[in-house]
Amino acid sequence: MRPVIPYVTAALLFGLGVYGVLRRRNAVLVLMAVELMLNAVNLVLVTADTTVRSELPHGGQVFALFVIVLAAAEVGVGLAIVLQLYRLRASVAVDEVPLTEPPATLAPAGAGTIEENR
Amino acid sequence: MTAADVLLLALGAVAVGSGVLVVATKHLVRAGLYLVVCLGAVAGIYLVLTAELVAWVQVLIYVGAVVVLLLFAVMLTRAPIGASDDLDRPGWPAALIGGGTGLGLAALLVDAYRWSSVELPAAGTAGRIGDQIFRSWVLPFEVLSVLLLAALVGAIILSRPDIGRPPADRAADSGRSGVPAGRTGAAPTAGDGRSR
Repeated sequence: MRPVIPYVTAALLFGLGVYGVLRRRNAVLVLMAVELMLNAVNLVLVTADTTVRSELPHGGQVFALFVIVLAAAEVGVGLAIVLQLYRLRASVAVDEVPLTEPPATLAPAGAGTIEENR
Repeated sequence: MTAADVLLLALGAVAVGSGVLVVATKHLVRAGLYLVVCLGAVAGIYLVLTAELVAWVQVLIYVGAVVVLLLFAVMLTRAPIGASDDLDRPGWPAALIGGGTGLGLAALLVDAYRWSSVELPAAGTAGRIGDQIFRSWVLPFEVLSVLLLAALVGAIILSRPDIGRPPADRAADSGRSGVPAGRTGAAPTAGDGRSR
């Protein structure tokens, strides 16, 4: 088995993930690109497990399992944030999210939605 | 070139090709479905690398749960059915940084490993991996379960608008329209959030 093949696959997948995170505007697509990056890291861990003989056998595969669990937790919280954003702004475009909103404009916005709902 | 190399090359080509489609397609739902192909190909690579347990956990959790969650999110955010043109930022910087990262890492790894060959170790079956987890990695395993619980609670709090409100906001509401009006004002907001 030539370890360079899965290593290069993982490197290319990681590059694609970086490109997707920087390029996409839709928050769900950004999360998908993050998944690509996490998979590239998992692939490196599993390949390193077969190439590097370590004191503890199968450490890389154990870490890949841990990363998979972390990715599941990350997707759960990330999608909760995305859905909350959609509920507040009716849009999931990440470059339209106001990063610094003064609290003075927040209160009238909240009051406006309450007034609308009545 | 052994059979394992040919399989790795083919599966790697499938993974990278569908990965390109994930970050390049204009259809939101198709991006999720290409992600299934990409993750499935990576699971196949794990199988060739004799990481059986990781491969099946990948199929179960990634293809089974994560992609379904992502497709749920695509549908809950009212994604358009057809192609949408506003998915991308105009991005030479993204191509530059992403391509630079990927090709740079690839060059580094090619330089490190050349065309060397290794023997595959003993297969990572559930028995061996479980032995390792519960013998050498027990503490990280337990910390991870606490982290999963924290993520669960965090996701619930995030998606409930009525239990995460800052006290200043609540005080402003009651100060503006009186306490009973503030209460009636808060109830339609929560109901509205659920009905949307």
